[in-house]
Amino acid sequence: MMRDVAIIGVGVTKFGELWDKSFRNLIAEAGSKALFDSGISGKELDALYVGSMSTGRFIGQEHIGALVADWSGFAHMHIPAIRVESACASGGLAVRQGYLSVASGMNDVIVVGGVEKMTDVVGDEANDTLATGLDQEWETFFGATFPGIYAMIATRHMYDFGTTREQLAKVAVKNHANGALNPFAQFKRAIPLEKILSSPMTAYPLGMLDCSPVSDGAAAIVLCAADKAKNYTDKPVKIIGSGQASDTLSLHGRRDICTFDSTVYAGKNAYKQAKLQPKDIDVAEVHDCFTIAEILAIEDLGFVNKGEGGKAIDEKITTLDGKIPVNTSGGLKAKGHPVGATGVAQIAEIVMQLRGETGERQVKDAKVGLAHNVGAAGASCVVHILEAM
Amino acid sequence: MKDVGIVSYGAHIPRLRIKSSDIAHAWGKDPETITSGLGIIEKSVPSPDQDVATISVEAARAALARCNIDPQDIGAVYVGSESHPYAVKPTGTIVGEAIGATPILKVADYEFACKAGTAAIQTCMALVKSDMVKYGLAIGADTSQAAPGDALEYAASAGGAAFIIGKEKVIAFINETCSFTTDTPDFWRREGRKYPSHGGRFTGAPAYFRHIMSNAQNLMQLTNSKPEDYNYAVFHQPNGKFPVRVAKMLGFTSDQIKQGLLCPIIGNTYSGSSMLGLASVLDVAQPGNRIFVTSYGSGAGSDAFDITVTDLINKLPRNNAPLVSQLIEMKQYIDYSSYTKYRDLLYED
Repeated sequence: MMRDVAIIGVGVTKFGELWDKSFRNLIAEAGSKALFDSGISGKELDALYVGSMSTGRFIGQEHIGALVADWSGFAHMHIPAIRVESACASGGLAVRQGYLSVASGMNDVIVVGGVEKMTDVVGDEANDTLATGLDQEWETFFGATFPGIYAMIATRHMYDFGTTREQLAKVAVKNHANGALNPFAQFKRAIPLEKILSSPMTAYPLGMLDCSPVSDGAAAIVLCAADKAKNYTDKPVKIIGSGQASDTLSLHGRRDICTFDSTVYAGKNAYKQAKLQPKDIDVAEVHDCFTIAEILAIEDLGFVNKGEGGKAIDEKITTLDGKIPVNTSGGLKAKGHPVGATGVAQIAEIVMQLRGETGERQVKDAKVGLAHNVGAAGASCVVHILEAM
Repeated sequence: MKDVGIVSYGAHIPRLRIKSSDIAHAWGKDPETITSGLGIIEKSVPSPDQDVATISVEAARAALARCNIDPQDIGAVYVGSESHPYAVKPTGTIVGEAIGATPILKVADYEFACKAGTAAIQTCMALVKSDMVKYGLAIGADTSQAAPGDALEYAASAGGAAFIIGKEKVIAFINETCSFTTDTPDFWRREGRKYPSHGGRFTGAPAYFRHIMSNAQNLMQLTNSKPEDYNYAVFHQPNGKFPVRVAKMLGFTSDQIKQGLLCPIIGNTYSGSSMLGLASVLDVAQPGNRIFVTSYGSGAGSDAFDITVTDLINKLPRNNAPLVSQLIEMKQYIDYSSYTKYRDLLYED
């Protein structure tokens, strides 16, 4: 029988082009902020989990679990330190692995981090590294890039459902408006629709401002057994659902490229465990690596019917004052997308929303929140549902 | 420091030009996006018989043509460039000989990416101030390299300017100068390599903007001055956008930088960049005008100068040599295929 698990602390660094901060600085900063927020001492930790996508290519460093434990000052404690990788879902999966370890009774108190340092490489290297999350033999070797793959999805979505470039661009408008209210966001500014539509074309129909940026950053959370959570904090947040699913690595193997079945299945399992339905979610952070990705996400998570994502953007149901506010943090689009950090940062945003600590971007009376983290073009997905205790 | 200044100046810009849109076409890029994104319409290109030595000699002769000094009174020649024709053998000796300043002459070639020429001005100031030389000649010139297809290809151009520094017949006093230097590897070219490498977006905030902002603010603090105290401001111009943005960040207006902003129509002349901007300002400056100059060199550093124009500017026969605006107008367009031939792009690095 699994036991309940609560989040008792969160910490995030600023996201952006952080020229003066290294990989180890970033994760140590996020981790210490999370520990400080939880009020625990490092001595109480049973294990450390960290999600990162490609430190080998981004900074030429592997053996990340031990490195992060060392630079967090835990080397002398000799605790297990585990690095988790699932492309852009590395952070979300690290949270899930940490969650399972506490739920199983193996660990009582753990810290989970996510981090990526992407700006130490130049030119096309960041793009090429991200593309390693696609199928190298069937996609990348033939010239497919990340934006190219999502552009194919967007083009098909436009063909099947009449989704428009304006609707795609409005996702970016909304997320930049939210990002303007987030002090940790890479782009703290609103961007008007015309500017998004006229940004240089990356891969039709996705312009530069339809794409999330290359970013540095880290996030961390502290998990403990739910029955002990009140010993540390007045505002614990419980993980009431955790779902994970996979799918074909390459896009052409899918039954339908306009649906991420990994999202559908991860979502279903999370909803089932939480005994909730999509309509019960008060606030959500979804994986908007490209504007089309947010449209897929709100459909595949069941917030709207398949094909109605574009219309939902027009009807503003996902804005801060909409029926289901999505990406209050600014999302990957405006907050930034340091890939390994993203899944953990999404959880941190939902925790802060459920605690009522997000200031101007606070969703009123948010009790239940959802975080949705996708690996590459949907070959893996992790969904968490959180509830204020 | 009110005793050392500029005695004369000269400029040179090669006549050939290539349009950014032609380079964009060659690489399958959208010309409009490139031109507006970089703020560069066209750039100067050296012809096959032009190099830093010829550009430096042209600029030095222009400076001498404007003033009545004996070349033998020039006791020092420093040429700043990152494209000296020889890896070993100074450009400065060629210039010294060509203008008749040899043999009792101090010479060295300088390299500090795009600010080697302003470093040469500082050296000449020190030599003049200490009476080690009567006049010093400081030159910044480049025929900069850019790998085919690199973003630098739209900017890297050719040109240079020469300044005679002295205590007598000063047309513009250099009231103060200061520098800001760190080890910041934003742009470099290894020994033996044909084309430079750069750190992409790293060349912006932590490199160009940090060094220019810090140094410009230091200069204003040292001289107890404000942006509005200056009639003109010149900043290093790697593209058409950075100098406009840094001027705005510091509080200078577009009117103050207009006369010295040449990059949009001649490209980035590297060591010549801020110095040609200053030459363009001196072409029109009037007695009492105050000029703010800030160079930037990758690697990285910045030199800043607070300059006041004297009454003697109107005694200097400025038309004895081509004005910068005239050099800009003397142009002849080439297409990308001629460009690849002239710039020796047909051979692998």
